[in-house]
Formats: sequence, structure tokens, C-alpha cells
Amino acid sequence: MSRRKTERLLSLVVCLLSAGRFLTATQIRAAVPGYPDTFDAFKRMFERDKDELRELGIPLETGTNSSADDETGYRISRQAYMLPDIRLEPDEAAVLGLAAGVWRRAELAGAAAGALLKLRAAGIDAEEITQPGIEPRLQAAEAAFGPLWEAVRDRRPVEFAYRAAGRSSPQRRRLEPWGVVNRHGRWYVAGHDLDRAEVRVFRLGRIAGPVSFAGRPGTVTVPAGTDVREIVRDWDVHPPALRTAVLRVRRGAGHGLRLRATGCRPDPQDAAWDLAELPFSDVGWFADHVASFGADVIALEPADLREAVIGRLKGVLA
Amino acid sequence: MNTRAAVTAAGMTAAAAPRPGTATDRLQRLLALVPYVVSRNVVGLADTAAAFGVTERQLVDDLNMLWCVELRSPDPYCPIDLSYEGGEIVVSQAESIDRPLRLGVDEASALLIALRMLAEVPGIEERSALSRTIAKLEAAAGEAAAASAQVAVQVDDNAASGVLAQMKDALARGRRIHLSYYVPGRDEATERDVDPMRLLVVEGRTYLEGWCLRAESVRLFRLDRVLAISVLGVAASVPGDAQPLDLDQGLFRPSADDVLVLLELSARGRWVAEYYPCEQVDELGDGRLRVSLRTPDTRWVRRLALRLGEDGQVIAPSAVAAQVREDAAAALAQYE
Repeated sequence: MSRRKTERLLSLVVCLLSAGRFLTATQIRAAVPGYPDTFDAFKRMFERDKDELRELGIPLETGTNSSADDETGYRISRQAYMLPDIRLEPDEAAVLGLAAGVWRRAELAGAAAGALLKLRAAGIDAEEITQPGIEPRLQAAEAAFGPLWEAVRDRRPVEFAYRAAGRSSPQRRRLEPWGVVNRHGRWYVAGHDLDRAEVRVFRLGRIAGPVSFAGRPGTVTVPAGTDVREIVRDWDVHPPALRTAVLRVRRGAGHGLRLRATGCRPDPQDAAWDLAELPFSDVGWFADHVASFGADVIALEPADLREAVIGRLKGVLA
Repeated sequence: MNTRAAVTAAGMTAAAAPRPGTATDRLQRLLALVPYVVSRNVVGLADTAAAFGVTERQLVDDLNMLWCVELRSPDPYCPIDLSYEGGEIVVSQAESIDRPLRLGVDEASALLIALRMLAEVPGIEERSALSRTIAKLEAAAGEAAAASAQVAVQVDDNAASGVLAQMKDALARGRRIHLSYYVPGRDEATERDVDPMRLLVVEGRTYLEGWCLRAESVRLFRLDRVLAISVLGVAASVPGDAQPLDLDQGLFRPSADDVLVLLELSARGRWVAEYYPCEQVDELGDGRLRVSLRTPDTRWVRRLALRLGEDGQVIAPSAVAAQVREDAAAALAQYE
């Protein structure tokens, strides 16, 4: 079955590419072997074949050769079909092989392999490289990546349930997605939130359930000059550290804090301890961090930090 | 009338092995096969089969199918002529499919996103080749390249300067290195000798994979956690049976020997399920979660529980839960 279909589709492509002009359905039926005898059955099969070719990215056009023709014809323009000439130096072909390996089993791995196949067919010798100096890769992405990439690609609005940090239940969000960004290994989508009428960033891992399209392709306009990387970076960035904490850190412990300390001196009261100064911005987050060191780190100043750490520790015992 | 079909129909039975993939998968391969041969003039059957990831038998079947294409109107003719005698493929007539099909949006994007990510990797030597390749690919892809600008992968460059250079030097010369390495889960600065295996960029960060002589196993070292590094005058000797880690499923690979920890989290503590690979995640209502995760070292669980305060509670093992309470009580005593 599938063999006959491959033969028929192949003949159809060759026929439409070599004709150099629009062919009517009747002419195609006469030229391409493998279609059923009755015209209705032919039409149905031909319709499906056209869809399949278009899905492969084959530019199947409809039109007429002259304004006098009243029957629609079909053709594949060679110019639109063929990959333009591309030649790569050996070092360029090498990085192409490296790039094709980045996706591994992640979302676009199949597309990368398909692209490599076409480029090899264009005469480029690109091997997937297994032992380069540095091996970069993308992890299998969050489930929402696939539909959001399609939405961004096709410029369609989307709808999904989103559980914001600390929220007890997910909320419905409608978004015109502008771009998808990976930062620290996590995927984010940035765009125009239709309900809040603002630019918003969402973490794909917090999308609960499926992402559905909420509009037709081409209905999203990304404002000129939009830099989605910058939007995500600004959203994720910690506010500037404007305050300074004084911490008592046990000698030989608190390495994670010592790395970020702006000053560190022995505690004049007790040789087993150091006094470290650290910049911070968010009391809540920093108190969590200090609490995680347990009895090895004590917050001395400011008072609100000290209280917050004590609160955390009491919470453990509650 | 269809003489070619008649000729190969007899030869077909031998090659009629079942093959995976749909009719359109195969069509894509056939459309790439002709230009692949044409652009190289002559190619070997074996090499071509390897390049397309098929057996020689499947390849011969593909070639036969191409050779059999016959259009019936206005006059019958065979647009493709080729031969594969003596194991060498030659296409003498290919009509209009002698060039590959254009790149689709997904195809162009997959490569362009990856190339732009590579260009950001700290210390990558192929930067010039990358920018030239990106430019050529953008030109060849045309409109299909546009959507790739809407996706970006950011790579961090936060390792202390010199760490990466010394690691590359050790890798190039096959030397053992000594690391002072910070382990945040235990808040420990550790000293260890490592035989480097490869550098990796995973989840946007650079890691060294190497044989750790202290742990006697293959370990990953995040470059921004290296406190100090020195290249030793000793040759690296990675044991022959040391296997590179399989990172396709993520950085963390639980082992059956690990301790299973059960935690209950408030809505504010849900981030734990995002940051750590949990074996199981159950919703308890009101945004609360019960999660289970495996760890080879319970010290980081104790630190995590202190960080979470009232937003997380260790349910099991009970010994760890008791330790967490002791840790908190000892810390509180310092404030009295």
C-alpha cells in the first residue's frame, strides 16, 4: 500500500516539476500512474496527495496558464522548490554537524536531522560530530514547547492554564506569544497577555495541561524591535542588591556564602567564627538561604533579616 | 508499455523487506537521494546507505523505485536514469529533482537556533566558522529562517576566568587535574584529583565530565563551582570501562541505592518539584504537593528543609525528619 503511494507521490512531484506550466487535474491524471479509474475517486486521492506534498514543504501552486483558461491548474515552480546553492568550507560543515547534534532527542531533533539530510543532498559533507572540544546539548523540553513553538512560528494566540509561583490553583491565561527562550536550561515564553494587556513571561514548566490555539495563524504581530531574550532576562533578573547583611559564619563552613561575601574578617569575640558582609536585595529569599546553613551561619544584621531567619527555623519546628 | 516496472517487479521480491517510516518519509529520502548522488557525480552504495541510515538492500530498492518512475502523457517517458553497477551509483538523467527541496521552517530553525546557541558557548573555538555558517544558512533558507529569531537559548558564562582554559589545556595534553570544588548540597569545599573526559554544555551551563579518583566514578563538575584548579604533571588515566554519562534524560540520575525522601510542600514550596527531579508528585489540594525524590546524600535534604521552613516538611525517612528538627533547634539556640 504505502509503496504504491510513495511511487505515486514521487511521480506526481516529478510530473509537476518538469511540466514548467500549470497542469489541470485531467492532465495530471493522464500523466501520473497509480490513480483510480473513476474521476471522483481520483479527485479524492489527489486532494489528499496535494495536502501531503504541502505538509512536506513542497510548494504546490494553483493557477492558470492564461486568463482564458477557466480550469484551475497545478504546478511546482522549480525556483520555489529547490534549495538555493549553498557551499560550506570544511570548518563550516563541521559546526553544522555539531549543531545538528544539539537537539538530541529534544523537540526539534527530527527537524534538525531532516535539514542535515537536505544539506548533504546539496553536496555538503556534514557528519554529526561525537567528540568535539565542547559538546553542547538541549535537554528534552517541557511538553508545552512543541505547541508554543508552533504558535510562535505561525503567529497564533494561545490559551493555557498557568500556575504562578506560590499560587494554590492554576489560572486560565490568553497570550499572543512573541518568542520562546531557554535560560538556565528552562524554557520561557514571552508575549502579550491578552487579559492583563501587558507584556508577560511564563515558565513552560508551570503550564498545567495542554496549550491550545486561540486564533488563526498570522494574527499575532510581534512589535518591531522586540527582543524576547531581553524580556525574559529582565523578568528573571534579581533586583539590584542594595542592602548589606552581616553574618556570623563558622570557620570551615558557609562556603556558598563566602563566595559572594564582599568582606570577611575573624570574629574578635570568638576564633571559631568569621564575620562576613554580603549584599542582598530580597529579605525573604535571603533569609531562606541563610536558614539553609543551619547552626553554621547566624544573621546578625539587619534586624528584619534576623527575624525572618528565626521565623523560618521556627517554621521547621512548628 | 511500462518496461522498467516490469523489469524490476521481478527483482523486487528480494528487496521487499518491511521498512519503518511512512510513504512521505520515504518520499523525502528519495527526493534527497538523487541530488545527493548528482552533487557527488559517483558515490558508493555502501557509503550512501550509511549516509541515509538505511541498509544497502533498502537503498537498492529506493534506486529501483526512482528508475521506475514513468510518466504516461503526453508521451510515455522515464524522467530518471541511473545505474548502480559494481556498487557505484551514477545518475545520468534526473530531470527536475536534481536539487534538494528547500529547508522547511522547522528544519532551518532547528539548525539556526543550535548554531546561535553554539556561538554563545564560552571558550568555543569555532566562532568564526559559526558566524559564516549562520550567514550562509540564513541566505539558503530565505523566508524559512525568519521564525528562528523567535527562539533563543542562553548559555551562561559565569565560570572564573582561567578555569575553562586550564581544563581545555588538560584535555588537550591528557593531564590529570586537581580541583577545589564546591558542593552546595553539603556546603562543602572538596579537594579532588580528576582525569578529564570531556566538556559539556547542559541546561545552559558548562560542565567537565571526568573520572573522579576520590569517588572512583565518572562525575560532572560545574565550572562555576570550581574554587581552584591546577593541571598536574601526571598523565590522566581514565579507566577503560568508564562510561560517559547519559544526559539525555537530565543531569540527575537516581540510583537504586539512593534514599527515598518524602516531602510535603505548601503552595509556596512547590518550586521544589520544578527544581528537583521527583519520582512522584501528588496534588494534595490548595496547591499543596506531596513529592518523593531519591538522593545519595540526605545532607542536602536537611538543608532544603531548613530553607523551606513551614513551607516544606520531611515525612520520611523519619530519621531525616528528626535530624531536620535537631538542626533547626541547634540553629535557633544560636539566636538566644
